[in-house]
Amino acid sequence: MSLTDILTILLLSAGAVFFLAGTVGLLRFPDVYTRLHALTKADNLGLGLLLAGLALQAESWTAVAKLLLIWLLILLASSSVAHLVVRTAQRRGIKLWKR
Amino acid sequence: MEALTLLSWAFDATLGGTLMWLAWRTLASEDLFKGIVLFIAFGLLMALAWVRLDAPDIALAEAAIGAGLTGALLLGALAKLEAGNEGSQPLSKNRSKLVNKSVNKPMRFRWLLVLLPMLLLLVLAGGLGYAILNLPSQAVGLSLQVAGNIEASGVSNPVTAVLLNFRAYDTLLEMAVLLLAVIGIWSLAVVPESRESAPGAVLDMLSRLLVPLLILVSGYLLWVGGHAAGGAFQAGSVLAAAGVLLLLTGWRPSARFAGWPLRFSLILGLVIFVLVAVLMLLLGESFLEFPLRIAGALILLIEAAAALSIGITLASLFLGSRPQPDQSSSNQSARREELGAQER
Amino acid sequence: MNIDFFYALTGVGLFTLGLYALIKHSHLLRKILAINVMGSGVFLVLVALSARTQQAPDPVPHAMVITGIVVAISATALALALMLRLRDASGRVELPEEPME
Repeated sequence: MSLTDILTILLLSAGAVFFLAGTVGLLRFPDVYTRLHALTKADNLGLGLLLAGLALQAESWTAVAKLLLIWLLILLASSSVAHLVVRTAQRRGIKLWKR
Repeated sequence: MEALTLLSWAFDATLGGTLMWLAWRTLASEDLFKGIVLFIAFGLLMALAWVRLDAPDIALAEAAIGAGLTGALLLGALAKLEAGNEGSQPLSKNRSKLVNKSVNKPMRFRWLLVLLPMLLLLVLAGGLGYAILNLPSQAVGLSLQVAGNIEASGVSNPVTAVLLNFRAYDTLLEMAVLLLAVIGIWSLAVVPESRESAPGAVLDMLSRLLVPLLILVSGYLLWVGGHAAGGAFQAGSVLAAAGVLLLLTGWRPSARFAGWPLRFSLILGLVIFVLVAVLMLLLGESFLEFPLRIAGALILLIEAAAALSIGITLASLFLGSRPQPDQSSSNQSARREELGAQER
Repeated sequence: MNIDFFYALTGVGLFTLGLYALIKHSHLLRKILAINVMGSGVFLVLVALSARTQQAPDPVPHAMVITGIVVAISATALALALMLRLRDASGRVELPEEPME
């Protein structure tokens, strides 16, 4: 296994850990706002690590560019959707969780 | 490598189990909103299953149409249901159990009514499973015939060749089915609410950034469908996603577009398809048989018209009713009134 | 058992689950969800059985399933419009229970 393969495995595992943390946060956090916080971490950093690992295995620079575009689009979409969900939650009067 | 097959088996088993579990949770959930969201997740996992089964074209179509657009349609319908029911009991809760209890049924038949369909369905599932397991474990099907004739089709992606050349008649009828759905919805339409609401800054920015990019991606999927996974349906569904995003920001087609141009773009795919087919008849071939030299160009022409039509059709299905052509004129008259009031 | 047969059996399971939910629920939106799940089950059976080849899978069922996905969303859209119209006309979105004679 070459160096790129080992690096890919490390990056993919790190990304998977972020996704696992995001999923656990989705299941365990008490209200909408904290759950969104966990989810967007998973989306941004976890996906970035995953795509970095995949980019090492890509066969051409166009494939790397496509992967980068995917990451940027998901960054854009997940942050915008998180903002929209919070706005709707506030409009519906969902209160912040206080211990 | 034994470990790799065991891992891939474990992955496939987890995927299949999760699909069944998600389907059960979707259909059995008390809250309809939760059920629809789980259905969207189910659709995305189905896209993964298509990738595992070596079907990337279907994965693209399922993720865009099966999960995304169907989910948007269902959520829109649920919103309209609940908007019309404000004041009465929210319909999200499953009231079938309550309704069952309110009807006078003899107690001893109740368990039979529940058990009998379950038994029959178990027999059905068992029969289907037995029939499937008795099939040969390797079967070639039509892949050899398709691979043998693929140079004569004009494209090199076998699924596109089957869709637009070998079985083009099915695709033509499918375009007609889409058109029928729009006609059906427009004839059932309730008058839509006038929704020229201003979107928030984030939704506005999102739509301005994404819609041109989605149009570009749609063109790319259309072009790449000739030699890799892609094609007219996937391109059309990405175009429909752009349309749905625009509709969600409150945009409605202007009066100029909502009349004849909209209707023309809806029928364009079907018309071009039929014209090309009839042209082949007049040129001496049979109906829908493309001669070798121009087959690629004809397929691209049909796919381009079809992608445009499919995109606008699916976005119209999401809109759910005929766009009123006189909304912008009422906006203009309102603006003129404001200007007149300011001048005084 | 091949992995393709496993997916085909999953498809049969989805079909049966959807059929049971279609029979059981009287709320129309749930019936529409159930029909969609049944459709997905059928597509899974078709494509899983087409993947039994040695190299490239059989592309004809793939084309059929893509057609099927598009037809399914058209039918879903029309069914949703019918459901909304039924609600506006009758005030009810569930099929009425029939009393046992």
